Amino acid sequence: MWKWLHPYAKAERAYQLCNTLLPYFTVITVVCLVVGWVWGLAYAPADYQQKDSYRIIFIHVPSAILSMGAYSSMAIAAIIALVWQIRNAELAVIAIAPVGAAMTAIALITGAAWGKPMWGAWWVWDARLTSELILLFLYFGVLSLYHAFEDKKSAGRAACILAIVGVINLPIIHFSVEWWNTLHQGATITKFDTSAIDASMLWPLLINIAAFAGFVGVITLIRLKNEILQCEKHRPWVRDLVSRG
Amino acid sequence: MQFESFSDFISMGGYGFYVWLSFGSCALVLSSVLISSLFDGKRLKQQVRLQIEREARIKKAQQEQAV
Amino acid sequence: MKISHSYWQLFYAVYKKDLTLAFRQRAEIVNPLLFFLIVITLFPLAIGPEPALLARMAPGIIWVAALLSTMLGLDKVFRDDFNDGSLEQLIASAYPLPLSVLAKVLAHWTTTGLPMVLMAPVFALLMNLDSQLLSAMLLTLLIGTPLLSFIGAIGAALTVGLQKGGILMSLLVLPLYIPVLIFATSAIDTSSMSLAYGGQLAILGAMLAVAAVMAPLAISSALKVSVS
Repeated sequence: MWKWLHPYAKAERAYQLCNTLLPYFTVITVVCLVVGWVWGLAYAPADYQQKDSYRIIFIHVPSAILSMGAYSSMAIAAIIALVWQIRNAELAVIAIAPVGAAMTAIALITGAAWGKPMWGAWWVWDARLTSELILLFLYFGVLSLYHAFEDKKSAGRAACILAIVGVINLPIIHFSVEWWNTLHQGATITKFDTSAIDASMLWPLLINIAAFAGFVGVITLIRLKNEILQCEKHRPWVRDLVSRG
Repeated sequence: MQFESFSDFISMGGYGFYVWLSFGSCALVLSSVLISSLFDGKRLKQQVRLQIEREARIKKAQQEQAV
Repeated sequence: MKISHSYWQLFYAVYKKDLTLAFRQRAEIVNPLLFFLIVITLFPLAIGPEPALLARMAPGIIWVAALLSTMLGLDKVFRDDFNDGSLEQLIASAYPLPLSVLAKVLAHWTTTGLPMVLMAPVFALLMNLDSQLLSAMLLTLLIGTPLLSFIGAIGAALTVGLQKGGILMSLLVLPLYIPVLIFATSAIDTSSMSLAYGGQLAILGAMLAVAAVMAPLAISSALKVSVS
């Protein structure tokens, strides 16, 4: 496996791999996004309790899942970057961070817009909302640390260390917030039970999750390509690539 | 199709504002991330292209001077 | 390079050097304490002086103030050594870097955390805190402040090479402080209801144990990045 994987540590090969993968991810994303949104908005039946407002679930849940998923993949890339000293993995950390932050922001905005009609307030200090907000801070921390360094080599490694520290803390933060919440407020909020969801709602939800995952993939690939170009811009292969158009 | 008419679809049973607010802001965030990523790539390639042209000019000027 | 002294001697030397430096510039010890006092003074002015309200909010206020004043001294932990080059010497030496880092973090706690613990009874008086809560507050501060030093030093090490690291460091470190804040204040809250708060203290202690082992490793790799 190592023999097969190792060439991709080279920037040029990684760039080509991004180019090969990008069309597949784009197709999956576009198809799933269109199908998922149309199905979710127009064809899925209304919830008997929450009526049509529940349709926010089709973007809220995928973005919340992907915000955590993007953070863990960022941390995995960071561990790979630090343990095996692979520069491309460092670049991947930086490529994932913005789209992860975007997912977190979407989860927060849609959570607020769902909370207003259901709980009567834009923001409640619910455990999940609070840990999502802290996740957003962690993303901002990684991004601003990276952009604060002049030297992009140490910037990448510093961001990797912070991502790993963050991922160790994330479960602690999550459970402490959950625990804090039950202690202070009690279970005043009826949680939407996703496991008991009907198939007519589950399918569009799954398709939307696939769409959001594909979107994270697309943005990561595009940004990884940018980062590779940025740090290899004096190399001949980049010059060839650019002058070929 | 769950809705009788297009105006029913827009009003979402009274929850239209919240539903369209979340879907709209979601679309906005997704597209702005996509556009800024694509734009970054364009700008980088443009930079490299300018650099190549600049070097070509310098080389040409040096050759002219040598002649 | 050869190892001519025991690890314990190295630890002691680094610890003593940082303490000596701190005691020579007393502002480093006094300023965080004064800041702690001023933040605590601001709260009654902002929310009103009713004793019952203050007593209800005291644990939170004291802990937020402790958090902020720990942040003040953090930037200094590695900054001076970074500027005069002795940090590079520590990294280049044959001795394990996590050990000297541990000594530096503990020195930071001795100069900022420990004075806060010692002064806490006075602040508790200001906030009208019950005497039965005092022991809970002292215990959480005693276990919690070293934890703050350990976590904060990671942020300090990551930003030591930057010109304007201060604000960035608070952005990196404060989210990581949240669990400490939650468990510490809830321990005090629980003791105000005359219930056993050993559970929260145990969790704080567990977090301290993990941080004492893991944080020096993270700090040393961050320092290597910052110095290179």
